[in-house]
Amino acid sequence: MSSFRPSSLPTRPRSTPVLAMVAVVAAFVVLAASCSSSGRTPDASATSQAPGTTESVAGPLVLVTHDSFAVSDAVLHDFETRTGIQVKILHEGDAVEMVNKAILTKSNPEGDVLFGIDNNTLNRAYDAGLFEPYASSGLDQIDSQYQLDDQHRVTPIDHADVCLNYDVGWFTQHGIVAPTSMDDLTQPAYKGLLVVENPATSTPGLAFMLASVAHFGDNGWTNYWKQLRANDVQVVDGWEQAYNTAFSGSAGKGDKPIVVSYATSPPAEVLNANPAPATAPTAVVPGSCFRQIEFAGVLTGTKRAAAAQVFIDFLVGRQFQEDMPLQMYVEPVNGQATEPEVFTKYVVRPTDLLSLDPATIGSNRDGWIDQWTTTVQR
Amino acid sequence: MSRRLARWLAGWVPVAVPLAFFAAFFAYPVGAIVVRGLHPDGHWNFAAFGHVLASPIYQRVAWFTVWQAAASTVVTVVIGLPLAGLFARFEFRGKRVLWSLLLVPFVLPTVVVGAAFLSLLGPHAALGINLQGTIWLVLIAHAFFNVAVVTRTVGGLWSHLDPDLEAAARTLGASPVRAFRQITLPLLRPAIAASASIVFLFCFTSFGIILLLGGSHARTLEVEIYDQTARFLHLDLAAVLAVLQLVGVATALIIYSRHQRRRAVEQSLRPRSEVAHRPVTPGERTFVTGALAAMALFLGLPLLVLILRSFSTGGMGLQAWRALGSTHRGSTLFVSPLDAVRNSLGFAATATVIAVVVGGLAAWVVARRPGRGVVWFDAALMLPLGTSAVTVGFGFLIALDRPPLDLRGSLWLVPIAQATVAVPFVIRTLVPVLRSIDTNLREAAAVLGASPGQVWREVDLPIVFRAVLVSAGFAFAISLGEFGATVFLARADHPTVPIAIYRFLGQPGALNLGQAYALSVVLMALTAAAILVVDRLRVGSLGEF
Repeated sequence: MSSFRPSSLPTRPRSTPVLAMVAVVAAFVVLAASCSSSGRTPDASATSQAPGTTESVAGPLVLVTHDSFAVSDAVLHDFETRTGIQVKILHEGDAVEMVNKAILTKSNPEGDVLFGIDNNTLNRAYDAGLFEPYASSGLDQIDSQYQLDDQHRVTPIDHADVCLNYDVGWFTQHGIVAPTSMDDLTQPAYKGLLVVENPATSTPGLAFMLASVAHFGDNGWTNYWKQLRANDVQVVDGWEQAYNTAFSGSAGKGDKPIVVSYATSPPAEVLNANPAPATAPTAVVPGSCFRQIEFAGVLTGTKRAAAAQVFIDFLVGRQFQEDMPLQMYVEPVNGQATEPEVFTKYVVRPTDLLSLDPATIGSNRDGWIDQWTTTVQR
Repeated sequence: MSRRLARWLAGWVPVAVPLAFFAAFFAYPVGAIVVRGLHPDGHWNFAAFGHVLASPIYQRVAWFTVWQAAASTVVTVVIGLPLAGLFARFEFRGKRVLWSLLLVPFVLPTVVVGAAFLSLLGPHAALGINLQGTIWLVLIAHAFFNVAVVTRTVGGLWSHLDPDLEAAARTLGASPVRAFRQITLPLLRPAIAASASIVFLFCFTSFGIILLLGGSHARTLEVEIYDQTARFLHLDLAAVLAVLQLVGVATALIIYSRHQRRRAVEQSLRPRSEVAHRPVTPGERTFVTGALAAMALFLGLPLLVLILRSFSTGGMGLQAWRALGSTHRGSTLFVSPLDAVRNSLGFAATATVIAVVVGGLAAWVVARRPGRGVVWFDAALMLPLGTSAVTVGFGFLIALDRPPLDLRGSLWLVPIAQATVAVPFVIRTLVPVLRSIDTNLREAAAVLGASPGQVWREVDLPIVFRAVLVSAGFAFAISLGEFGATVFLARADHPTVPIAIYRFLGQPGALNLGQAYALSVVLMALTAAAILVVDRLRVGSLGEF
């Protein structure tokens, strides 16, 4: 019924041509790849953009941004009809990934304007010459504490400070006093209660590591993490997992009552609750907040610089600033913007914000992350 | 068209099309990002090689990557093989639906599945077993995702194996175990090896599962490459790691490919209705019941957890489901579930067509053309499966950015990227079947005067069509669940279902989480429906094959 034999049958001697073809393709690819990589010198890209033809480009203004960017359709549509500028949004991963992609594609940028770079990655963008300076007329409505760049390569748009959040109900239920400072977390009472994000892979994780540097100083911060490690700190890859899966105060009902999140997370927990509670079910650990400001900038090499500048004006304007909080859970930097009630009612404004100079962050960040990894993970 | 030209084309098109596809959408972008890392400012710099090779940290990472992938593959095969036998040898109620449902785990987003596993085997598990942060949870999750690859590939071949062979051995006094080991297993080996190689590559480049369930110390090469590329932009280190990953995968593939060519066994394949029967003996009944129960526990339970969560998170009952069409409405982040489903189906259909055409041609070459070149050809087309998505993605960014391949921001890039991952599946599913087709049949047809085209149409096609469907099902499922490339290629105006799920997960609040679960259930249903349809397609009356 069946025949068993090795499949040596169709023996047309055609082996070499296939091999030859594979080899030809391989050679071609190596050649093409080296050309595409090294042939792109800065002047080569400069000649492709003739000065003077700036705004004659067809197609929409391309906004490069991170995955969390959102704006009301109505607000964006209003901008488009008012200015005649159509906007196309490119989501490029989280803030760090977005900046790295922008640096990688600098000689042939994917877009015209970038939103969402924060003070923790700012320096890398300066070094790469990512942005063309532009001083928006809207700057005079923005408090000077948010304006970090004298050369106006970037314009502050919002702030979303990174803080330790805790589950109020959990601490009441277990009869344990909620932590009142970052220092508390090394105590035995809080053993196994904290989940943080890895600073190498997560933006809030990076901010909290920087918070520990700012609070404990160059010499003390690794020791703090050593103690946290001994106190069974859990490290996860990203905010989604920390907040939605590990944290007990979110709908994920995890087992960790303390998490690294944002100052604006507590109002989000009340947003869809009916009836609205008097206080949010989660709260912020005092003195644990690290200043995080998000900026926008006109990308170097854009052919639509004027339109990009109009868009920056729009971002700092009242309309966008008032739309932003409920779209992205961030707070406006424009002093004249009114915040939604859920923010004024449930956001606790930290008084003692931790912060570091962007230049210090820029020159130390990678080294600090290495030290952190050695201390906590190896 | 002259006959010579036609024959020449028939000889070269199957080789040229897959090679061109591979060159443009894999080799060129990967080459570009590696060269950018090693050739940064006009001269070659190989210093990073020394740094990586001498580092005990990277040695540990490389070793962990290899052994966890090998262990995951073993676990997956051990679970997948009995299930393949169940589907191939027995008839039972609901068999066809279950066969299609097998692919559902394969498409689910890792974050969502991770949450389901943690609630079953994590700190607060009802079962009282906490495997969080252990390698076991990683192995189980890898097996959960990939078991369909083994079961459907091996089961596909097994359901056509002549049962008389094993019956004859039994008559001659062999025990069931011995008959299986000496008769059936050797015949199944090509399919087992093919599916195991795919599972190995999948686990080799595992990313989400490792980070989610492996604990903070578990790091694979894939994780390192992601960190060095996307987080730190250390392109030199990333390039070295990518080269090491490529060399390792290529070596494994070439060994595999040589081995497989020696192993292939031709046989007469039987219609599946002749192979499967209702369980009769007590032993058979116990096996069928046991296997079905194990499947319910291992594959069904995590899925059930997700379904239950979609009804209990963000308010009881249908609250999260109702919110799907309304929250975020009026925001640029809003995705109507219907649009997401439509986008997903559109991308998946396109990617499937590309993958079946490219992979089908390639499989034909691999199975029918002898020689050393084919080994390389075969290994090359498998490479994308064993290569970091970050390497390919960042390669796309800098390589496909000007004419003639100016594809950044083009909608085509999404199905193309998905197809590069699906092509190896198509090849791996088709080659064992193509090699197993009895050469006697083909030769008899040729002797009787049939042209190569006729032989293909009358002999190969009906048998191959089943295998094409199985591989198309895989391609479709891969594309439906694909997240890495889709999110990377960044078209905010065409979000797929997995992207919509991640958008919900990226926002705080119970309702968002509930909606992420609800959409995951939508994705499950969508996959099940699509695969049910694909599995039912037939070529006329020959469909029984």
